This record gives sequence, structure tokens and C-alpha cells, in this order.
Amino acid sequence: MTSDETNDGTNDGTGPDPGDLIARAACRESLTELYWFLDGELTVERRTLIRTHLEACNGCLETFDFEAELRLVVSMSCRERQLPPGLQERIAQVLAELTEER
Amino acid sequence: MADQAKFADQAMEYMPSLYSAAMRMTRKPADAEDLVQETYLRAYRGFGGFKEGTNLKAWLYRILTNTFINRYRSQQRRPDETNLDDIEDFFLYRRLGGLEGARANRSAEDELLDLFTETEVKEAVESLPEQFRIAVLLADVEGFSYKEIAEILDVPIGTVMSRLHRGRKGLQKRLYDFAVQRRLVGDEGRQEESTSVAEHP
Repeated sequence: MTSDETNDGTNDGTGPDPGDLIARAACRESLTELYWFLDGELTVERRTLIRTHLEACNGCLETFDFEAELRLVVSMSCRERQLPPGLQERIAQVLAELTEER
Repeated sequence: MADQAKFADQAMEYMPSLYSAAMRMTRKPADAEDLVQETYLRAYRGFGGFKEGTNLKAWLYRILTNTFINRYRSQQRRPDETNLDDIEDFFLYRRLGGLEGARANRSAEDELLDLFTETEVKEAVESLPEQFRIAVLLADVEGFSYKEIAEILDVPIGTVMSRLHRGRKGLQKRLYDFAVQRRLVGDEGRQEESTSVAEHP
């Protein structure tokens, strides 16, 4: 899970501002761990660091928000609202018959 | 050791989510019904081997996934994995995250719901090669942890992460293709480097 595309600011002619570099490093770290964050796979410490960064960085916050909402939309869209009529009853009946046979 | 007589009481509640996963796997209602029914039968027969107090939902998904792979794999076309590696991270956000009108008190969720119909999202998921599709379904739809998915699929956690990473990128690319097809996104969105959203990410 790499994010090598982040602008490193070295081609703007003036040289990178040290503050920018720290911000970009924090952005890069946060974005690298975005999916682990959304997947609930980070330690409490890493989660807290990312939350702190998101409070200060609107760009990263928007990215996280977009990815989180996209996941919600995918999750909602992929759920069938209803079981096919009769399926539950049919399976329950087969299981009941197998149980009686024992 | 679990008692078979208790199986139905404990397992029936998972049928709606198993059926949803079966639909995304097989893409056909009749096949999905067969797959779910066979999963319950196999689970019933094997219930003696289920350790009570462990994760029944994950155990059922393991049977569902194995049944699907054994029964339907031969019918699947060879997965096309190579093109998933060429897709950038955050593919969709780079292109749609900065759309005009997005800021007018609208949430990203509202925007996304406007951009894609439920059918398109389903089609995008179903278009993914089998092993990536299954990983995305288990993580993003069912909310299983990496460790649970590794156990369900019987692969290392690193493999789970790799499949998820590539599957999610593939999903974003296919959703974007739908947006372009429906002309929801202008030509500027098609350019590889859109300056308005280049900074983040």
C-alpha cells in the first residue's frame, strides 16, 4: 500500500518549505494507512495520530471521507433487500428432515 | 463440539448476508439460491466440527466460499489480474473528489449515490476477478477483519491485503468507467493529472 505519487514539492523553483515537508510526510503516512484505518486494523496509537492529522489537514480529511462514504455505498448496494420467496422455509425444512432422520 | 440439533437456531439468521454474498459471487439468483442451500447442508453435516463460542458467521462464510470456488470456478473465465496493478491509489477520488457542486452542503455519500446506481455498484463488484471480488465482499460488505478473511480463505494475511488493495482499485476504475459512459464526468475528468485534485492525495 504505497502512495508514491504525492507531490514532493521539489520542482517549484524555490525549494521546499520545511513545514510543508513535515505536513507532506504526515499526509503521506496517513494516506498510506488509510485503508488500514478504515478497516480497523491499526493500533490505538496509530489511529490517534491519524485522527490528529485529519483535524489539521482538510485535504486528507476529504480523501478519508470520500473513501469511507464510497465503502458505505458499496456495502449498501451489495446487500440484497429480500431473500427469494420460500428459500428460508425450504432450507429449514431440509434441515428439519435431516435432524429427524438421525 | 456443537450439537447438530442446535444448528438451525444458530445459523438461520446469517442467511440474508450469505445470500447477498452468493448473489455477488454467482451473479445469478438461481445459482445463489443453490449455493446458499448447499452451504447450509454442508454446514449442518460439518457442525460437529464447529467449536462453539467461535465465530459462526466466519465459519459459514468459509463453507460458502469453498463451495463457490469448488462448484463454480471451472465456469469462470481466467481472471485478468494484470490490469489491476496499473491503477493508481485513490483512483476515483482523484477524478471525482473535486467535482463542482460537491461543496454545496452535500456529503460525499450523497454525491456518490447520485453518481452511481445500485445496479452499477453491483455490476462493478461483480466484474472483478473472482479472488479480488471475494476479498472485497468479505471486507467491505461483511466487515470481516484481515485475520478472519485469512482464515475464511485459508491464505496468509499479506495475501488478503494484496487482494483487497487490488480489488478496491479495480472497483474504483470500473465505477469510474460507468460515470464516463453515462457522461456524468466531463472530459477534464478523464485526464490523467487533474490539477484541481492533484495535491490530495
